[in-house]
Amino acid sequence: MSARRLVSLVLAAASCAACSPIQSALDPQSPQAESLHELFWLFVVVCSVVWLAVMASLTLALLRNRSTASEATAAGSRTPALAVGAAVVATVLIVAGLTIASFLATRSLATDGGGLVIKLRGYQWWWEATYPAEGVVTANEIHLPVGRPVRMELSAADVIHSFWVPQLQGKLDLIPGRDNAVTITVTKEGVYRGQCAEFCGLQHAHMGLIVVAEPPAAFDAWARAQAAVAAAPTEPEAQAGAALFQAKACSSCHAIRGTAASAKVGPDLTHVASRRSIAADVLPATRGAFAAWIVDPQTIKPGANMPAIALEPAELRALSAYMTALK
Amino acid sequence: MEEQRLDRSGRVLAAALAGLALSACEREERVMRRDPPVVAALDEAALLPGGVGGAEPLAHVALGKPYETNAYEIAQGKRLYAAMNCAGCHGDGSGGVGPSLIDGWWAYGADLPSLYATIRDGRPRGMPPYRQKLPPDSIWQLAGYVQTLASYSAKTAAPGRDDAPQTRPAENRAPATQAPLEPPAR
Ligand code: HEC
Ligand code: HEC
Ligand SMILES: [Cu+2]
Repeated sequence: MSARRLVSLVLAAASCAACSPIQSALDPQSPQAESLHELFWLFVVVCSVVWLAVMASLTLALLRNRSTASEATAAGSRTPALAVGAAVVATVLIVAGLTIASFLATRSLATDGGGLVIKLRGYQWWWEATYPAEGVVTANEIHLPVGRPVRMELSAADVIHSFWVPQLQGKLDLIPGRDNAVTITVTKEGVYRGQCAEFCGLQHAHMGLIVVAEPPAAFDAWARAQAAVAAAPTEPEAQAGAALFQAKACSSCHAIRGTAASAKVGPDLTHVASRRSIAADVLPATRGAFAAWIVDPQTIKPGANMPAIALEPAELRALSAYMTALK
Repeated sequence: MEEQRLDRSGRVLAAALAGLALSACEREERVMRRDPPVVAALDEAALLPGGVGGAEPLAHVALGKPYETNAYEIAQGKRLYAAMNCAGCHGDGSGGVGPSLIDGWWAYGADLPSLYATIRDGRPRGMPPYRQKLPPDSIWQLAGYVQTLASYSAKTAAPGRDDAPQTRPAENRAPATQAPLEPPAR
């Protein structure tokens, strides 16, 4: 590595340490992530001490000269007792540690939330989020109220996925036919990024999830807006798009509440333009990105379960105008 | 001299192995994206009047008949069979409101062009058309999958297994060893 490259690497690392990360396990923002974070540093310290001790004794052993070493073996009659003692102590320590750890883990998994339940369902390769009490169905972006425990109920539609938002929670799998649940309490406002953490096929790497933690009042306003049906578009171009959406294949996979489209093969698009990103955090939710995605999803996310639909340029413009109007 | 002959036979062996490996690849190869003109050309099946029987689109032949021989396309067809709720009428294939697709009796033909026409244009006694609901390549995937349900001979490619316990013979087990002479009593 050239010196210049090294310098720029160090600089990059330093600048990263300064910014607030959007996806980092070293920046915990909930008690659950906090305990993982403590555990991480505990591991680092304990393992470093052990490693240093082992290296030190190895160095000592190498430095001691042969004659003293052979004397020691000749006199070594207390060794069996020492070995047995060490084994017993290690076993007791390990069992005690595991008991405490599993007790803590069960406690953190079993607490139920403060009434807010989010059902998160994994699909190849996107997330569906349902808030049963609030009547919200959305995809790839969830909102949480700060300071309130939220029970996440995890399920999968096709293969195993894993829910992982490093700042909020350790990984927990979404398993077809076996629902998991975890409770998290976010302590600080912010936008966090999560990612599927269990290899689930072609587009596993493009299965991101945005988590927005906001004050309770803002959350309530968001939930009310999301629960509403889609407003009918007012611009003529978007109106043409709405008609196309029903006539073309779109409506055989997507739901837009308030219209005849109610299929559940792809993400609910009722308020798609209110999200920060589309296609599981691959593109921003802008008009250009909508058009790019609709005209050629297989170049952006090869293998994604949305086929390209043949569209005239005017039809594509109308559809992207309609998507942008779905605030 | 001896060495040279060994060399040559080694090369022949390597070529034969590579050929074998490549032919297996074709069955597993995943083509995620087809160019729009190819997809449009896939819609051009030359059907006989009545929509039963006919010639496959030239594009399908030119592509090497992927919807018949490629495991990925057939597996995508299986996914669409569930997603498009074909099961709502045909059940797991053994029938419901719609006829059974695994009894070996095909009222409208089991060749790919006929199956494609069945799904794209619908059939008069209650099979809805999917022309507006799916693009041609997706309809081909469905046709290829439906054909594995009760083909008369096993194909070289099969879709993925069911996750849930099997309720009918697995696809591509060629359950219909020969075509029944009369329609099944329903
Ligand atoms: C065969 C089913 C199918 C059809 C037909 C279909 N889609 Fe999709 N669509 C999907 C799936 C599945 C996804 C999620 C893809 C992913 O992120 O992996 C998706 C994603 C999207 C998204 C991004 C949503 C988000 O929040 O990430 C938009 C916008 C969209 N589709 C619009 C359309 C439009 C417009 C049409 C009609 C031209 C259409 N779709 C036709 C299945 C379909
Ligand atoms: C609303 C119910 C319904 C749905 C949904 C439906 N079908 Fe059908 N299907 C029928 C009926 C009824 C028939 C018999 C039509 C006739 O005899 O004219 C049929 C016939 C067929 C046939 C012809 C069988 C033969 O003997 O030749 C095929 C193949 C078929 N359907 C495949 C599908 C596929 C694939 C789907 C999903 C994309 C599907 N169907 C969805 C009701 C349905
Ligand atoms: Cu994954």
